[in-house]
Amino acid sequence: MYAFTYHKPSSVRQAAAMLAKNEDAKLLAGGHTLLPTMKQRLASPSALIDLGAMPELKGIERKGRSVVIGAMTRHGEVAESAVVREAIPGLAELAELIGDPHVRHRGTIGGSVANNDPSADYPAALLALDATVITNKRKIAADEFFQGLFVTALEEGEIVTKVSFPVAQKAAYAKFRNPASRYALAGVFVAKRGSDVRVAVTGASENGVFRWTAAEEALKARFTAKSLEGMAPSPDGMIGDIHADSAYRAHLVGVMARRAVQAATSR
Amino acid sequence: MTGTGIGAPVRRKEDQRFITGAGRYTDDLSRPGQAHAYFLRSPHAHAKILSIDTAAARAMPGVVAILTGDDLAADKIGGLICGWMIHSKDGSPMKAGPHPALAQGKVRYVGDHVAVVIADTYAQARDAAEAIEVAYEVLPAVVDARAAQKAGAPQVHDVADDNTVFRWHLGDKASTDAAFARAAHVTKIDLVNNRLVPNPMEPRAAVGEYDPGNESYTLFTTSQNPHVARLVLSAFIGVAPEHKLRVIAPDVGGGFGSKIFIYAEETVCVWAARKVGRPVRWTSDRTEAFLSDAHGRDHATHAELAMDENGKIIGLRAQTIANLGAYLSTFSSSVPTYLYAPLLSGSYDIPAIYAEVDGVYTNTAPVDAYRGAGRPEATFVVERLVEVAARELGMDPAKFRKRNYVKRFPHQTPVIMTYDAGDYGASMDKALELADYKGFSRRKRESARRGKLRGIGFSSYIEACGIAPSQAVGSLGAGVGLWESAEVRVNPTGSIEVLTGSHSHGQGHETTFAQLVCDRLGVPIENVIIVHGDTDKVQFGMGTYGSRSGAVGMSAIAKAIDKVIVKGKKVAAHVLEAAEADIEFKDGKFTVAGTDRGVGFADVALQAYIAHKFSGQDLEPGLKEGAFYDPTNFTFPAGVHICELEIDPDTGVTTIERWTAVDDFGVIINPMIVEGQVHGGIAQGVGQALHEGAIYDESGQLVTASFMDYRMPRAADLPSFQVGMTVTPCPSNPLGIKGCGEAGAIAAPAAVMNAITDALGHEDIAMPATPQAVWRAAQKNAAMRVAAE
Repeated sequence: MYAFTYHKPSSVRQAAAMLAKNEDAKLLAGGHTLLPTMKQRLASPSALIDLGAMPELKGIERKGRSVVIGAMTRHGEVAESAVVREAIPGLAELAELIGDPHVRHRGTIGGSVANNDPSADYPAALLALDATVITNKRKIAADEFFQGLFVTALEEGEIVTKVSFPVAQKAAYAKFRNPASRYALAGVFVAKRGSDVRVAVTGASENGVFRWTAAEEALKARFTAKSLEGMAPSPDGMIGDIHADSAYRAHLVGVMARRAVQAATSR
Repeated sequence: MTGTGIGAPVRRKEDQRFITGAGRYTDDLSRPGQAHAYFLRSPHAHAKILSIDTAAARAMPGVVAILTGDDLAADKIGGLICGWMIHSKDGSPMKAGPHPALAQGKVRYVGDHVAVVIADTYAQARDAAEAIEVAYEVLPAVVDARAAQKAGAPQVHDVADDNTVFRWHLGDKASTDAAFARAAHVTKIDLVNNRLVPNPMEPRAAVGEYDPGNESYTLFTTSQNPHVARLVLSAFIGVAPEHKLRVIAPDVGGGFGSKIFIYAEETVCVWAARKVGRPVRWTSDRTEAFLSDAHGRDHATHAELAMDENGKIIGLRAQTIANLGAYLSTFSSSVPTYLYAPLLSGSYDIPAIYAEVDGVYTNTAPVDAYRGAGRPEATFVVERLVEVAARELGMDPAKFRKRNYVKRFPHQTPVIMTYDAGDYGASMDKALELADYKGFSRRKRESARRGKLRGIGFSSYIEACGIAPSQAVGSLGAGVGLWESAEVRVNPTGSIEVLTGSHSHGQGHETTFAQLVCDRLGVPIENVIIVHGDTDKVQFGMGTYGSRSGAVGMSAIAKAIDKVIVKGKKVAAHVLEAAEADIEFKDGKFTVAGTDRGVGFADVALQAYIAHKFSGQDLEPGLKEGAFYDPTNFTFPAGVHICELEIDPDTGVTTIERWTAVDDFGVIINPMIVEGQVHGGIAQGVGQALHEGAIYDESGQLVTASFMDYRMPRAADLPSFQVGMTVTPCPSNPLGIKGCGEAGAIAAPAAVMNAITDALGHEDIAMPATPQAVWRAAQKNAAMRVAAE
């Protein structure tokens, strides 16, 4: 790790001002991607702006037909939240599957979403549940927010403050973990809301989280695992590495999609 | 047996400090005035060093010194050594290239040591290392041993043509070929024994310091054998005279073999401490550990088994290519030769065996002993061969093994070893019962109903431990003897300090060794302390590896205790005013035979030191005895492990459902610790079979250089183990101990792979059987079914 200065502002406005003044600065949420990268000397921000002291970024609440989660809410808090468990149990289950207990007690939803790691879990939930990312400047639909590997719609100086999830009738997440890192190697979130069905896939594509539209169409016809029998997305554009080549990954997406639908329909 | 004697499941004395964070590891030490070392490592697998420009780096804040291979050469510091000479079958000595602690003209693997920066802080040293400009001429690299032997492959060392260090063989080729010529059936397999990264929890570390007053050096280091480290650093590398170098290996957090060896980093820390006039410390980070700890295994083998018409094995032959990495590590040459091929008889009566082993240089990290060292590789060959042979012959694999077991002892194999005692059939019978082998087919059907593939696999391993008779290993090329030493110092109050040349880095010696003392001398366990790991305290020792601490290290202690008792009887005779021949010692008390007159051990100790009851001319005061113990044979732990697992063909995930281990370790000192060793060994063996594997890409970059890509076994991967024991005491040491530290890691890989291939119904899968590999193999199953229909 190289030396850096550390700031812990008490409001989003203050943080945004600091960010505007220092273009090499980085926002620090849970730190689970940024800090290891800094330790390996692969990132060297001149300053860290810690978002951990802002009550406005924390908390989970039910607002009408949505569940709104503050950006600095830890994965463990989402996993254990009675509000989330009741409204969108699949979302709580996803949070419970992230990393290990240490990670879940430090990592945050805002950090995960803003980083848009292709193997992160939350982007699949946002995309499948048609969530809205709320920043200090605007509201962005998940479909517009995630724009490829580590790329989002966030502009310079923009800070994620909340994520709003519409409540789905049926939703579930199934993940095949990378055997070593335990990140998603193929993670599929399925959600049914009214006549709309969305299937979002993380961990698998070279372009990051994506919607598997063929599966969506099949499930719109009938929301059952059988509808996806024998289906898998094309291996073209899938990540290939020592743990899973693109063909195996594509196959696993199909398996996980069926298991997610199975879970969603059996509660 | 007392409540803390031999056979008692005493809780580990050392765990209080380990689990409360009070352990004292090398990195915990802080020395006055210490400076920090950072090693600049090669980013290339193979390159000439054209120049190293340190000018800018030297000017950086806090930099004390930057040293390179030229400085080592100027100070006439020798290279690292390989301490076991292997001769090729043509009689020529192995072709070992130079192994400087800091590169001299060439780097040969990613992570090779180019320069060391010593600075006031670690961060400063690392910053300065980034400012060193090294001009490399990058050369083509070779990482696969078979590719390295091909014509035109990049040459790693000038001295070794075809990158081949030795072409060694063992056994009688003519009689083996004759057996194959008359065989009714021959089974052939090709196996890869995957390369592993040891990954002890504590990474390697070293602190070197120099005292100019008496011109002496101290090295604190993570070593399994500090005396051997001192010997090598003084006699061969020449950094300090042996009598002026103290090596201390304090608490050490695991080794699995990787801390046996004498590495570049500790060599440099000792040497540099004198050069800079300050203590020099270094602690490996995890990435450095992946890159530069000696790796394990990495064999490619073709093996064949010959059977007669009755299913009796009549011959075995094997050709193995062993990847030794870029340099020969301390004992690397012995691992694929004398620690491997002599075990190719397994637990079986095989009249003819012939093995050929090529040791090969590649542009990868050095490969050396790792938990089991050669014996897991041999067991994997034998147990896969036997399993496949049984399948091909249509015989039950348990019955096939029992038919071919060695049944009479001693048994001379055609490959050096004389098995001294065992009852392999008893272990098999007990394992079959514990594993409910009869119920397997029912469980397999039940799995099939759920769409799962269930398989069962055996591994009837044997190992040669307790290494070893010094004369024997000397005749095989070892540069050292493999005895052990002990000293039992009884204090005037009757408390006891036992100094041992064994080294504990997780094995629990502070408990088990104390149990022996309790058992023999009848003293409370809290009055016994085990001292190890310091060359200034313990006179000499050979260290801990090869499951030798119990069989060899404790035998030395037992021998010293016997001498203490003899001396104690002399003292007691004076105290009790009786003839020495009439004194008996039992349960901590010296008594006059046939009377009720006696004196306790502690009183005798006091009398020995105050020396009031005898003349110093008749008897030397004091109660302290030492012993060196050289074993008469290897020991031969053996057993049967049975793995039962289930495969999800949709994902390729393998779940181990049941694990049965029946081991014969001879006499057991502490069954709780032994069981723990079995558990850990199985976990490591399962890790090799299902998860672990070091992967270099073609350019020689280590792809699996962190836990993000190198998959370690986890507790959740494993079921609760069914552990059973059979006991045939070892006849070749006074305690009857065989050793238990490596058994699980030796047995497990074959058991897992035999179970996976049983579940799949074909043999076409290699370790590690990752989900991807298993899924692909299961796809082949589906394809086979389609073809059959």
